Amino acid sequence: MKKNTLEVKGLKTVFDSWQGTVRAVDDVSFNIEENTVFGLVGESGSGKTLTALSILRLIDPPGKITGGSVMFGGVDLLKENEVRLGAVRGNRISMVFQEPGSALDPVFTVGYQLREAIRCHRIVSRGCAEDLAIDSMRKVHIKDPGRVYRDYPHQISGGMKQRVMIAMALINSPELLILDEPTTALDVTIQAEILKLLEEIIAARKMSILFISHDIGLIARMCDNVGVMRKGKLIECQESKLILSDPENEYTSALLKSARALS
Amino acid sequence: MTRYIVRHLAGLIPVFFGITLISFLVMHLAPGGPSDISSSMNPKVSYEARIRLDKLYGLDKPLIVQYKDWLVRVVRFDFGRSFIDDRPVFDKIIEKMPVTIFINLSSLVIILAVGIPIGALSAVRRNGLFDRFSAVFVFAGYSIPEFWLALLLMSVFGISLHWLPISGIKSIDFEYYSLPLKILDVARHLVLPVLLASFGGLAGISRYMRSSMSVVMRQEYIRTARAKGLPERKVIYVHALKNAILPVITILGLSVPALIGGSVIFESIFAIPGMGRLFYESVMARDYSVIMGILSIGAILTLAGNFIADMAYSFADPRIMSGGDGR
Amino acid sequence: MKMRVNKLAAAGTVFIALIAVFAIFAPLIASHDPAGMDTRSVLSPPSREHIFGTDPLGRDVFSRVLYGSRISLSIGIIAVGLSVLTGIFFGSIAGYYGGKIDYAIMRLVDIMLCFPTFFLILAVIAMLEPSIYNIMAVIGLTSWMGVARLVRSEILTLKERDFVAASRIMGAGGSWIIIRHLIPNAIGPVLVNATLGVGGAILIESALSFLGIGVQPPTASWGNILMDGKATLGVAWWVTVFPGAFIFFTVLAYNLLGEGLRDAFEPRLKDRS
Repeated sequence: MKKNTLEVKGLKTVFDSWQGTVRAVDDVSFNIEENTVFGLVGESGSGKTLTALSILRLIDPPGKITGGSVMFGGVDLLKENEVRLGAVRGNRISMVFQEPGSALDPVFTVGYQLREAIRCHRIVSRGCAEDLAIDSMRKVHIKDPGRVYRDYPHQISGGMKQRVMIAMALINSPELLILDEPTTALDVTIQAEILKLLEEIIAARKMSILFISHDIGLIARMCDNVGVMRKGKLIECQESKLILSDPENEYTSALLKSARALS
Repeated sequence: MTRYIVRHLAGLIPVFFGITLISFLVMHLAPGGPSDISSSMNPKVSYEARIRLDKLYGLDKPLIVQYKDWLVRVVRFDFGRSFIDDRPVFDKIIEKMPVTIFINLSSLVIILAVGIPIGALSAVRRNGLFDRFSAVFVFAGYSIPEFWLALLLMSVFGISLHWLPISGIKSIDFEYYSLPLKILDVARHLVLPVLLASFGGLAGISRYMRSSMSVVMRQEYIRTARAKGLPERKVIYVHALKNAILPVITILGLSVPALIGGSVIFESIFAIPGMGRLFYESVMARDYSVIMGILSIGAILTLAGNFIADMAYSFADPRIMSGGDGR
Repeated sequence: MKMRVNKLAAAGTVFIALIAVFAIFAPLIASHDPAGMDTRSVLSPPSREHIFGTDPLGRDVFSRVLYGSRISLSIGIIAVGLSVLTGIFFGSIAGYYGGKIDYAIMRLVDIMLCFPTFFLILAVIAMLEPSIYNIMAVIGLTSWMGVARLVRSEILTLKERDFVAASRIMGAGGSWIIIRHLIPNAIGPVLVNATLGVGGAILIESALSFLGIGVQPPTASWGNILMDGKATLGVAWWVTVFPGAFIFFTVLAYNLLGEGLRDAFEPRLKDRS
């Protein structure tokens, strides 16, 4: 019986607006087994990104997590204090966001931001952090990492920025990596490269991964287990091989059909 | 990099011309011309003397020529001579400028040192008690006539409580004070003017900082910073603050003319011997060459202030200096 | 709509209406002739006969403040009207025709913004004389830059949109396009700017009058009553407090209304958290 890296139970996140309360994540439960890839798929607005953000408690007002539990390493992340949560973020659970263009602080160098990711979790010298940072960039196949280290975000391309984000997420060897539509915002040619990189990372099997996308074909290919979300609810959760051949839910079939139609 | 500075400086040249042109036009607004003004103050000036005056000021030449002459003189900082005491205008201005600059710079420091934190804190604790309180303060700051506030404070602190002096920059027995006492004396005299001059600017900067900070806090990179595990303190005071301050620097340049203009009021109320009061006295006496001199210098100072603010911004924002468009 | 701000804006509107009533009906409400000097009660504190007290010349401060509201309000409103018209003029031309014209006008805006406004106004008033019309004109002609920029940027944005092209296809002429389509869309921010501008104009006029270069006595304006206030500081608090308070609350009212309008016209900028 494999251990579960992450156990999400009954997660509820709402948004209060003057139009009423929107239940963005509505009683979602799933588990991610150790060193497996779990895919979360759905259309935009289905709540998949917010589910991921809720795991790390990165929800800003007017949103609020109102219920459920997120068990990680024996503790419920939703009940941890800020300090201990900070020790988990970027360290044991890392996240890569959808828009690399705006995810990096424009007034600090790439190197600074990588160093920051290291030094807020470990006590190392600046020189040591620099070496670690450059090494992490090599691991994601950034050519000439020394130059990128000294550059500012606006001086590097979108694809490069996403590699930096991935490097930053992996730099502390997390147990869980969350990828939120990591290639959607990139050019098609770059998408293929980044996907190749992600496949490598998955193949190395050193951590659990939560992969979020609207592309069910992609999810089925890359993931071991799949969860389908619609309007905030998790409507189906299965092994990916079974999803393709024998979807339980009508909606899932509809998704599959339109994906096939496009390809 | 020097090329960038030079290019920016070059852009100032048309503005400089415009300033001189407008000053020149204002000068000649007076019906009857400048010599008319000076002679209307002194009815004993004869007709021949008027003609001589005209020739002296080159007022008999065509307007374009006059403008060219004026331009040449401005570049050499030759603003002519004062009508009142016939001293060179430039000298009169230079001796009064330091006080005004000192007061305005001090105000600027206060505005930044107090306004930025207030704005940042209001943004971080949006709609909290501090935010609401400072919003009230800001509205009051925008709406209150500064000279009225000056009068009120003068009457409370100067007259009723006798804590602070209300005129001049030195006390009568200044000469006999030791150095530290001299410094204290000047400081006491300048407290009210500097504080009052800062009031309006404070309101503006803190409001602007608040909105800038609010926009920044909603950016993606702030979320990335949190996701990395950075403590909230660092997220706000390193990442958010640095980004939010940038547009504020530009605004600073724009508040220079307001500060300089305001000095007329404060220096008159507090009898401070600065450029503002000189301007006021010249206006009352219709000493037009001094008026024009101060107007032009005021505009040039503003130009300089804007330029410095622009340069400071370019240095602070890495996106500007190092060009770059991603490959 | 954030209710709290709207309440304040409503309060502002009420106050503005109140002051307007005071100004319009001043001759009926005033207890004395604003220029009438009662030498027996020079500098007397507020009493039942003189509810705001009297000034150094024995004139009733309350009546002077009432009549002063006529002056200060009309100068403020007309000056702003002038600045809005000038701003719309320059801004539309710059925005619509673009190119060299746009460049020239924007440079003019930069140049005007370089002058400390107050210096410029003082200098011009010194050249002409401080009549009420001159004051209105000068304040108006030195504060149009904000409106011009607003109008220009609205026009530039709207120029890109399809319906301007559509109008052109249907054969509408240049200025017709501007007037019909572009200006009504820009009216929101301009209105906000104008409302806030009235407050600003009142502050400038009172500062000018306070320095003696604005409205000349015996005509009363809030600013020049304060001139006497300065002279009697410490002895007659009523000459300083009352007119100044009127300026403060009137400007505050316009600012509150302006901010309220700003929220109404630009809800996307308003924070919701």
